[in-house]
Amino acid sequence: MPAEARPGDPTVTPALVADHGLSPDEYDQILGILGRVPTYTELGVFSAMWSEHCGYKNSRPLLRKLPTKAPWVLQGPGENAGVIDVGGGLAVAFKIESHNHPSAVEPYQGAATGVGGILRDVFTMGARPIACLNSLRFGEIDGAEGDRVRYLFAGVVKGIGDYGNCVGIPTVAGEVYFDGAYEGNPLVNAMAIGLMKREELIKGVAEGVGNPIMAVGSKTGRDGIHGATFASAELSAESEAKRPMVQVGDPFTEKLLLEASLELIRSGHIVGIQDMGAAGLVSSSTEMAARGGTGVDIEITRVPVREMGMTPYEILLSETQERMLVVAKNGHEDNVIGILARWDLDAETIGVVTDTGRYVVRENGIVVVDIPGEPLVDACPTYTRQGVEAPEIAELRRWDASTLEPRAEERDPTWTLRTLLDAPTIASKRWVYEQYDSTVRTSTVVGPGSDAAVIRLRGTNQAIAATVDCNGRYVYLNPYRGGQIAVAEAARNLACSGALPRAVTDNLNFGNPLKPEVYHQLSESLRGIGEACEAFRTPVTGGNVSLYNENPRGAIYPTPTIGMVGVVEDLAHVTTAAFKAPGDDLVLLGANTGELGGSEYLKIVHGLVAGDAPAVSLDGELALQTALLEAIRAGHVRSAHDCAEGGLAVALAESAIGAGPDGLGIDVDLADRLPANALLFGEAQGRVVVSCDPAKTAEVLRIAGAHGVPSACIGRVGERSGRVRIATRGGMVDAPVGELAAIYFDAIPRRMEGTAADVETSLESEVQ
Amino acid sequence: MKVGVVTFPGSNCDYDCHRAVQDGVEGAEAVYLWHKEHDLQGVDAVLLPGGFSYGDYLRCGAIAAHSPIMREVKAFADAGGPVAGICNGFQILCEAGLLPGALIRNRTLKFISRPAFLCVEQAEAPFTSAYAVGDVLTIPVAHGEGCYSADDATLDELEATGRVVFRYCDADGNVTAEANRNGSARGIAGIRNAAGNVLGLMPHPERAMDALLGSADGAGFFRSLAGHLAPT
Repeated sequence: MPAEARPGDPTVTPALVADHGLSPDEYDQILGILGRVPTYTELGVFSAMWSEHCGYKNSRPLLRKLPTKAPWVLQGPGENAGVIDVGGGLAVAFKIESHNHPSAVEPYQGAATGVGGILRDVFTMGARPIACLNSLRFGEIDGAEGDRVRYLFAGVVKGIGDYGNCVGIPTVAGEVYFDGAYEGNPLVNAMAIGLMKREELIKGVAEGVGNPIMAVGSKTGRDGIHGATFASAELSAESEAKRPMVQVGDPFTEKLLLEASLELIRSGHIVGIQDMGAAGLVSSSTEMAARGGTGVDIEITRVPVREMGMTPYEILLSETQERMLVVAKNGHEDNVIGILARWDLDAETIGVVTDTGRYVVRENGIVVVDIPGEPLVDACPTYTRQGVEAPEIAELRRWDASTLEPRAEERDPTWTLRTLLDAPTIASKRWVYEQYDSTVRTSTVVGPGSDAAVIRLRGTNQAIAATVDCNGRYVYLNPYRGGQIAVAEAARNLACSGALPRAVTDNLNFGNPLKPEVYHQLSESLRGIGEACEAFRTPVTGGNVSLYNENPRGAIYPTPTIGMVGVVEDLAHVTTAAFKAPGDDLVLLGANTGELGGSEYLKIVHGLVAGDAPAVSLDGELALQTALLEAIRAGHVRSAHDCAEGGLAVALAESAIGAGPDGLGIDVDLADRLPANALLFGEAQGRVVVSCDPAKTAEVLRIAGAHGVPSACIGRVGERSGRVRIATRGGMVDAPVGELAAIYFDAIPRRMEGTAADVETSLESEVQ
Repeated sequence: MKVGVVTFPGSNCDYDCHRAVQDGVEGAEAVYLWHKEHDLQGVDAVLLPGGFSYGDYLRCGAIAAHSPIMREVKAFADAGGPVAGICNGFQILCEAGLLPGALIRNRTLKFISRPAFLCVEQAEAPFTSAYAVGDVLTIPVAHGEGCYSADDATLDELEATGRVVFRYCDADGNVTAEANRNGSARGIAGIRNAAGNVLGLMPHPERAMDALLGSADGAGFFRSLAGHLAPT
């Protein structure tokens, strides 16, 4: 059945092939698969399916090395979302996905549609979304490009909020970093979590020859055509011209589609369902057929469209949002249409599952695409490249902390602490999360602002905890260690919240993998992530790869964001970062070191990005987390907070500030023989500050000792609205907690409120 | 007691309201009422939940106010039946003419999601009898258009006739500009109609049913209703 060129289609030339992001070698492979020259439509299909975004050309061989299995993993990588068993007959689906490129040119819609896409990935598994998280990176808010950064930041936050708030899914946690490395190429990673009964799990499979294939939801328009290919190239000055490739989201339709899809899945009238996400109808239909080992035959003129005159090429590659592809049971089409109609949505039969294994598309009966399905999905060429570390990175790692000249102001460590609390990366993100509805669905036990979010599972005494983490600067300085740290920190945050870490979804944000130094970052960080996931028994159940994150000035920091989900086995174990009561003892689990490499302190106070990422011992981390969980479960722990950016001093200050109206003071005495800057602000890994009733301190220390975890009582919680005092051998932090709180909470608002970007973005949704 | 929770397309707090009735009030039954229908299923009270009915298109609540079920809700309210609108439900009640005034964009031009302090000004059936005048409640708000607005004559009348039920306040119960984040006229968070059977409020009592989630101060709202409807 040879496909025919349509009248008016462009001739396939080497230039056209190159425009589609395909190399001459890849094009030769296409010629071999087809045994002829592809039609223009077929070229578009290959271009999308073999893009980095869909085909994982450069990452697949590396991803294969990640651990993906555990007894509680019900669905690993390869589906719309990963699924784990959380006990009590319940399962949790979760996944993370990037919308970096769209957000760089159109922050509001780029971020909004990122949320929409990840929600659909979760509810197409049969799970009702119960929480959203996000991980964001922007350039320097105070830098020369500050106006642009504020525009992107304000737009992304509003886009995420408006979409999730409208659909009614609480946004419960996230992280935001500001660094020049992300200037012009922000990162927007959205994660969603859904809950279902185990037996409600459904997959994106096209099974059953003769079963009808149905398009459901919004009508297809010309928006977002080639979004997947756009996302697979570097951003440039011309990227702005690609704004039309950014899709437009409609959360109201998403909400209807969510309810209709869950009703559909539970109705028994369908065998498979999948989001029409990146590369739209093409990727959803080919992937469903590939999973089912079947073929599909689609009549393109049956697809409901928004406008006249759309070509098969456009319909296949459109990324119009809020659409689903459904494989119904033969003869049940009217039931499907009935359910969708109840929610005022369209459903139309557009094709049929075949036994030919071929991907066939017709236009008024005339074949315009005819490709063997298996090679289209699976023969996407993959590349294992040779990574080479950039010599300047090795040089940075050799930086010697003893050469650091302290600034005069640093003689008062209180000045340094104030400076760090005012750094946007460390400062409170309240300005962000107050724009997100975090309490809808009435299950948010711990919302934004603690180490991890905790969501109760209604009808049980359990909860799940979730977090997203990655320090890209560590990965930049040492990709292997940086990868390990991202996983270790995520697991530590869950343990601090009282949860046992269970599984990971990862979002690999990197530069252009064709550059050996970027490929090195990718392969080495994945090696670190794999080893850490193995150590913490948190297999990777899926994720997303976003490469070509570059702007004219170079690549972003390598940023493999780790989304992690854990289980709190009893609601009584839920623990937060904030100190609870005056007089409680403060216990440090883990050891202080003299490390300063890669720290926020070096960057903010000295303008330096240098040194090695902090050392990490996976065994030590696991022992720490095991001890912490044991102490929490025994009821000894009132608060737990890990030491991350800004080190021990910032961790202590955050827990003091977070202690509710006016905060709580602290009185801490650190005996370590270390330079004050490293002791207070160094970012040694594997440390958690715990507060406990003094009657329980000995027991907490004993549990730590039994697991071989260094521990010490370092002080106690002071009075409400008291002073934050941290004494060291080289100077003392001493300030009223209220003063520190004001700095911490005002750092972002004072940089945002009343700026042009803030006002403009705030008005945006009015004119939609 | 049987309470109807209306589901409009885009409602997203219908489930939370349903659970609050079902779990929060001993022996209560909650039923969903579908926006396209005309049957109130013999309920004793109606809740219009929060969310983004019809995507907030046109104006918040404007399209929902004209949906088929609202004709029945109006008749039910006119006959004295208890009706409460929470968040988007409050917006719908204003659009439907069951309550005066309107909810416009927050003064900050941003969505505001946080726990708010509310001062109780009227402690009467059917919705607030379980509280005492002057009680300070902690109840979450989550809205982009929660700034209550009305002309001065209307506001004067609301105050003169005791129809302001809740105002935003600080932890000590002082009604301050700082506490009134969305910029509502005179700090108003909730009002009732002249007959007292229709209440609208922006904060979400159904999200404050359990200390585990931060506050159980909303439970009084549902207990009041149950007390009002209990057979005497």
